[in-house]
Amino acid sequence: MATPMNRREFLAGAAGIGAAGVLHHSLGGRVAGAVPAGGARVGPLAAAPLAERTLVLLTLYGGNDGLNTVVPYEDPRYLAVRSNIAMKPDSVLPLGDGLGLNPAMVNFKSLWDAHHLAIVRGVGYPNPSLSHFQSMDIWQTGSTSGDVASGWLGRWLDRTGADPLRACSVGSQVLPAMAGEVRKASAVQDSTDAGAQLPYVAPDLLAVYRELQRARPGDGAYEAAVASTAAEMLSTSKEFAHAIGHVPPPTYPKGVYAGDVGTQLGVVSQLIRANMPTKAYSVTMSGFDTHAGEVGTQSQLLGQLDAAVGAFVSSLAGHRRGAATTLVIYTEFGRRVDSNASGGTDHGTANVVLVVGPSVRGGFYGEQPSLKHLDQNGNLVHNVDFRSVYATVLAHVVGVDPAAFLGRRYPVLGFV
Amino acid sequence: MPSPRADVALLYRRAGFGAGPAVLDAAQAAGFDATLEKLLAGLSAPDDHRPALPHLSSYELISRNRGGDLYGQSVDLAAWWVEKMATTTTPLREKLTLLLHGQFPTANSKVYAPIFMYQQNETFRTLGPGPFDTLTLSLAKDPAMMIWLDTASNVRQAPNENFGRELMERFTMGVGNYTQSDVREAARAFTGWGITDHSGVFVQDDSAHDFGEKLVLGHRGDLTGEDVIEIVTHTPASARWVTARMWSFLAYPVRTTDPVVTELAASYATDLDMTRLLRSILGHPWFLSPASREGLVKQPIEWVAGALRTFRLTAASFKKMGGAGFLVYALGNLGQIPFDPPSVGGWGQNEYWLSTATSVAQLDFAQSLVQFADLSPIDDVGAGSRVDALAELLGIDGWTPQSRAALTHVRHDIPSLAALALTAPEYVVN
Repeated sequence: MATPMNRREFLAGAAGIGAAGVLHHSLGGRVAGAVPAGGARVGPLAAAPLAERTLVLLTLYGGNDGLNTVVPYEDPRYLAVRSNIAMKPDSVLPLGDGLGLNPAMVNFKSLWDAHHLAIVRGVGYPNPSLSHFQSMDIWQTGSTSGDVASGWLGRWLDRTGADPLRACSVGSQVLPAMAGEVRKASAVQDSTDAGAQLPYVAPDLLAVYRELQRARPGDGAYEAAVASTAAEMLSTSKEFAHAIGHVPPPTYPKGVYAGDVGTQLGVVSQLIRANMPTKAYSVTMSGFDTHAGEVGTQSQLLGQLDAAVGAFVSSLAGHRRGAATTLVIYTEFGRRVDSNASGGTDHGTANVVLVVGPSVRGGFYGEQPSLKHLDQNGNLVHNVDFRSVYATVLAHVVGVDPAAFLGRRYPVLGFV
Repeated sequence: MPSPRADVALLYRRAGFGAGPAVLDAAQAAGFDATLEKLLAGLSAPDDHRPALPHLSSYELISRNRGGDLYGQSVDLAAWWVEKMATTTTPLREKLTLLLHGQFPTANSKVYAPIFMYQQNETFRTLGPGPFDTLTLSLAKDPAMMIWLDTASNVRQAPNENFGRELMERFTMGVGNYTQSDVREAARAFTGWGITDHSGVFVQDDSAHDFGEKLVLGHRGDLTGEDVIEIVTHTPASARWVTARMWSFLAYPVRTTDPVVTELAASYATDLDMTRLLRSILGHPWFLSPASREGLVKQPIEWVAGALRTFRLTAASFKKMGGAGFLVYALGNLGQIPFDPPSVGGWGQNEYWLSTATSVAQLDFAQSLVQFADLSPIDDVGAGSRVDALAELLGIDGWTPQSRAALTHVRHDIPSLAALALTAPEYVVN
């Protein structure tokens, strides 16, 4: 399947969000989660009003190896150039089209079978950077120019008001994509315990703290930022803690370990099911820079990711907001086609983006990059600009005109 | 105009972890230049206060899977270093060590040998003040670095590029000053480098080394790893990169094209001496500019070390709450654990540290630590001057009228006064 585009995408792409929004409202009331067999293109997200849709960004730091995640196991060239790290053809979880999932991704396979996993292939950008930090900066800002400081969702925050609850990063730091020039996402600690989200402080002291953190004329930029962040904490922490305290985190089968990403997605699940007004969440996972000993490291990491995503999706089942949640999993780049003699791979380019959710239209999007026609550094050539992924979720999850935040119009994909 | 006292207070905050009234009295009397020289002299002077190093298993034991609780050891080591920052009598050396950890970020989560993290930390301390090429070469052969960036498994049959790339991009030159071909060729030069199986010392395996001709940044020949270090550290791009990084850590963030970088990189390039670079940055008129005074948000490690120093706390002070474990837990919530940078890119700066999650962590930890703090310096003064005495104790220039008014509300509740002061924008921003 190439990039499918139906009438709804066409309308949204051509006329901006007005058309899409109206159309979605006219479809309101359908039962979420009821995907007819073979009806992957008619996802139930159409049933959820835009206002109820939620985006979750999952960033894999280090450059996850896409060729050992969605494995072209029927391509003899794959086995030839990766003889020391190739997945055995009989071990992968077949998806069709000569591709199979890494054996650690059993929950992803179930999601695929249920048409709830979209795999966007060959995603990248022109003149790819092999630097982690430059490439991640490009993904975070949505710009290849190097002179844009704001995140692609940060620009949306900048232009849609002041409420810090609109976006939320799990962890100590805000995802750069969610930091604009003046606004940024709130953040919650990666703990499914409500106590971690709220400072223990007596009410009279809180009043003093509030006064201490009130905006003051003449403050330097960073002093003002310290104060405004503290003020936002005061306005959000109670709500976050209350939400987390009233909804149980996802549960895991005995013996299953989902790592930090499991905890982080657990927090997001709690907040979504508590009906927080938050439109976009971010979680992160690191360790994917597998220059050596890749197979062991990656299968361990993908195993944790698989357990975390499986539990996350299950926990959302039967919940209205949960059914309208779209999880986008991306990384700064893919890895070199040829493996090195350290049992690893060096920095590469085009990669898969995985999109998961009860309302996602499962299937392949984009073309599988050739293992034969590589760029001058031996890397894959992209055929889908990563901003098409952003444009798709901006239009159909966030519910805004993508061009207003991406600088120009990119083709919208059909995965939601 | 900031006062002479404000100048030396800024110097102590940036070239150390802050200083209280007694130290600043002496510094003010001696003058800025003499104080700077004293701090620089501390780069090679013995530290009069050295907290006891925690038990760290030898690599011999670790390599035989008998290392014991390595996670616990990494926690103890992190707490040891923060305590050392808080109590040192040679603060610039500890500050430089922290900045070099940010320049050559290495994480125990992959190295998984706290003893190696400690060895690297000592290398920053001993070689950091000297020539940058010597330091870089030592780190290239450092076991923690060799595990972290896979140098130890780099062989000629198909070199891995990890160290070669990050050496150029993060450690010495910055992106845009080398090509993918330079990365590949440099990777070939480092082939065969490794560490011995159980003792963990540097070794070169000639059978795995590529002795062929290489071309790195225009230099052609049978280049060795040593040659590549020499080449990359002596480029004009490296002089700019190292100067810009150090200026950004000590004054305010700049790009490599900033005029102040152009000026200071020229003198640094003569011998790559880091002490000279530190002197030229901290003694530069722009170090005392408003942009510099407002230019940096304290890194969480600096914020915690400064609080421990001010209130005479050690990891053992938190024994009731778990000691080192509590300290490192708090640092984790604040977003920065020593020996655990998020990647080879290290930590960000300024806005990077500010989030609603870290505001919660900061307020919580401030309130915890004052329970164990030595508050006598502000207890001993009258309530009327207590709020100002606290600014003196924290080594900052004073409070804005609004902060003074807010803190005055709690002048009789000394622990709360101290806790809230630590969260004030005047303290959080250096």
